[in-house]
Amino acid sequence: MTDYSQKYKMTPVVGWLLQDRGGMILLAILIAASILIPICSLLLPQSSAFHVPTWMVSLLGKYLCYALLALSVDLIWGFCGILSLGHGAFFALGGYAMGMYLMRQIGDRGVYGNPDLPDFMVFLNWTELPWYWYGFDMFWFAIVMAMFVPGLLAFVFGFLAFRSRVTGVYLSIITQAMTYALLLAFFRNDMGFGGNNGLTDFKDLLGYSLQSDGTRAGLFVASCVFLGLCYIVARGITQSRLGKVLIAIRDAESRVRFTGYRVEYYKLFVFTVSAVMAGIAGALYVPQVGIINPGEFAPALSIEIVIWVAVGGRGTLYGAVLGAFIVNYAKTFFTGVMPDFWLFFLGGLFIAVTLFLPKGVIGAVPAFGSANGQSFLSGVRKRLNAGGKA
Amino acid sequence: MRNELFSVLRRSPFSLKKVRGGFVRLGGAMACLMLVAFVLPNAAQAFSDEELRNIAERLDTKSSTQKITVIEEMAADGDPRVAPILKAMLEGDLFVRDSDEHVVIGRKKGKVYTHIDIVSGEEVGESSSKELSKIKVNNRLRGALRDALATLNLFSPDLNIRTNAVEQIMDARDPTMLPLLLRAIEREDDETLLARMELARATMALAAGENPAERLAAIDVLSSETTPQIRAVLSQFVASAEAEGIEPEVLAAAKDALNDVEGRLSTWQTVGDVYRGISLGSVLLLAAVGLAITFGVMGVINMAHGEMIMIGAYTTFVVQQILSSVLPSGSPWSLIIAVPAAFLVAGMIGVVIERCVIRFLYGRPLETLLATWGVSLVLQQATRTIFGATNQQVTAPDFMSGAIEFSTGLVLTYNRLWIILFSLIVVAGIACVLRYTAFGLQMRAVTQNRRMAGSVGIRTGYVDALTFGLGSGIAGIAGVALSQISNVSPNLGQTYIIDSFMVVVFGGVGNLWGTVLGAFSLGIVNKFLEPFAGAVLAKIFVLIALILFIQKRPKGLFALKGRAVEA
Repeated sequence: MTDYSQKYKMTPVVGWLLQDRGGMILLAILIAASILIPICSLLLPQSSAFHVPTWMVSLLGKYLCYALLALSVDLIWGFCGILSLGHGAFFALGGYAMGMYLMRQIGDRGVYGNPDLPDFMVFLNWTELPWYWYGFDMFWFAIVMAMFVPGLLAFVFGFLAFRSRVTGVYLSIITQAMTYALLLAFFRNDMGFGGNNGLTDFKDLLGYSLQSDGTRAGLFVASCVFLGLCYIVARGITQSRLGKVLIAIRDAESRVRFTGYRVEYYKLFVFTVSAVMAGIAGALYVPQVGIINPGEFAPALSIEIVIWVAVGGRGTLYGAVLGAFIVNYAKTFFTGVMPDFWLFFLGGLFIAVTLFLPKGVIGAVPAFGSANGQSFLSGVRKRLNAGGKA
Repeated sequence: MRNELFSVLRRSPFSLKKVRGGFVRLGGAMACLMLVAFVLPNAAQAFSDEELRNIAERLDTKSSTQKITVIEEMAADGDPRVAPILKAMLEGDLFVRDSDEHVVIGRKKGKVYTHIDIVSGEEVGESSSKELSKIKVNNRLRGALRDALATLNLFSPDLNIRTNAVEQIMDARDPTMLPLLLRAIEREDDETLLARMELARATMALAAGENPAERLAAIDVLSSETTPQIRAVLSQFVASAEAEGIEPEVLAAAKDALNDVEGRLSTWQTVGDVYRGISLGSVLLLAAVGLAITFGVMGVINMAHGEMIMIGAYTTFVVQQILSSVLPSGSPWSLIIAVPAAFLVAGMIGVVIERCVIRFLYGRPLETLLATWGVSLVLQQATRTIFGATNQQVTAPDFMSGAIEFSTGLVLTYNRLWIILFSLIVVAGIACVLRYTAFGLQMRAVTQNRRMAGSVGIRTGYVDALTFGLGSGIAGIAGVALSQISNVSPNLGQTYIIDSFMVVVFGGVGNLWGTVLGAFSLGIVNKFLEPFAGAVLAKIFVLIALILFIQKRPKGLFALKGRAVEA
């Protein structure tokens, strides 16, 4: 087995990146897209065949956010066996943090023209900003909160759950209960997050109008960059020694515990990192779609994220990205062409993937068949060896 | 909600002793007034025929003030024959016949008016409108007429009308009604109503009583009663007495009485909370009990469980549609037939799901979860395609509509009572199947040790399919009951699925009694929190409490001991 990390002793990161063929393809595509798509959208005239309309840029940007969310789920499900059915909650919390910043940026341009209070608070006859809205007029604070709040929730929730060894389906069910409780809570007007309608009518981000083509392209590039960075981080975690422990926990939790590892700390770490990634995805998502409402907390959506990962290929990271794109493109396509068919398709996808494609689409492609951190080349070698013996 | 509305509409004013809803009462009074016209007057007649005729003829005057005097005179004696006359006058149907100056009630029939004699209530001829001159009414007169009619109801021969009238007086607490009430008390012979009248008298005496003794007596009467109404009367009295200054012993007695009444009312409030909690618990139990089998016994995470409930509800709807030509809509039979039908339909769908999907995924719970979620999406969409996305009407049989109402404000609706009973029957049935049948024995054997069960000749695959079918079928039965209290729509299942899982996890997987206890305790806790926190917050609190509870006892209230736990 050619171990690139031996060759590149000084730079282990480059070493495992080169081993990771799918990851390299993904990063290459992301870099290309973040350069080409803004050019095609902004510089080429509309008449050009290569012109990318703004709605397409936003749509792709939205998919990238979903891909990042799927990546975060794959990190815990694919590598640590934690099936979270509440990851939508972290996504939505990140989204709300960004939404609050965008809300404050509206200033006195709202319907009621109140410079301090968002419209819905004026509507509810509130006279001053609740304390938890303080600071959200600053961009850096909103970004920190978009990562900190989901991270904190995941940390507390994970600390309680993993410490008392809630595992498997029990964990799935209580994560679902968590997002459901948040759904109910955010629907309340008294919470101060806009209730049913959520936060919307955003005007601008850092002074740039959200409607302009340039901002859209900028957000798209930001989504590409963050997806790429999070991919590298996630890959780094799974390649490290810690990642090996995680995989061991996934495959035989009790044994790892008996070997002397504090399983709960490993799980807690990766769960929190994953929640932070989901929060970043939410924060990038909101300015591109222009609204965040409690519907994002719906348990059904969180389960849907899992199927993105399952379709793409669990435990590969790039498979999750691919799955998010496939399923969401299918959703856009079917809800546009034949809306009644969409749920049949999605439901069928759940069944078919679990029954026939346990390794997802990636698993069905021979070149990527051996997933889970084994290099492409070593996979090929193995296959060749097997062929030689046969 | 829909069914509660129905039950209000269907509630006949005659079938209940005390009907408390304001508009129901008015509607009932109106309906009764119509009937009074045909009821032979048998109560004490204060006027002779001639007197009545004479006094009525005095209505033929231009002055409204004089008319009011006459109306009050007519009403004052409580003659039951006066009510139809005043009612006709209110509706503009009272005329003076030009030929003989007699006052008659005119009912329009096509082009002619039928004359009805005011004394005998019989038809006494007909004519065109030209031969009649109307006794005119204005708004002031209409007010007076309504007041007069209300007091007259106190003397109506119909017990229900009298009861309503007393309730109205209780609500109004108008001291000027006291003399009339006293006269009514003399004539009344119904025991229950007499007690109510005494209560009404005491209410008035409290407000208008001249001397302390009278008031003390009134307080004494009032303190024996336990209704929110009396609490209001007493607290109002205490407040005004404190402001105005009154004999200290009366005030003290009133305060004591108020405390008594409040204490008893809060006990009733607790009883009501427990009942509502049990009611919610029974719904949770019904929703969760099928899951207790599929998840609890088999360990299969069936996310399509809610859809089985939905299928049961839709089966009820279809059965009712099919039978609607044969059976009247209120007939209990459609619901009774729907129970086995729903069991079979949902059970068979369950068996198909088990054979086609779940059986390939045993030992992979997370994959099972995803696949059954897919099944649930397909079933939802299929229902939406077949029946449409809108709510379907499932009619409630007669025995499930209506309610038992206590004067203390506690209302026990029949549909909730039946659901509580039904949930217990279902659980008892399942317990019997598990405990006493060969199938139950095999099922328990497979749960405890699959390989050993297989070795002694139990067809484990077959038992799995039937167990899953049983769990799904029971969810279907639950759907029949839940169709009575929630909207029958494709989303029905989604509203119950998370609650069901919570109940099963809370109660402890694999334990039927844990599920029962879990359902009822969750229901009761929820309802006790609601008055303080509101419905949504209460639910959130319960969810958070559950999440924390699972940290403490990851395997629920009653954990299975032994090897089955880790399997």
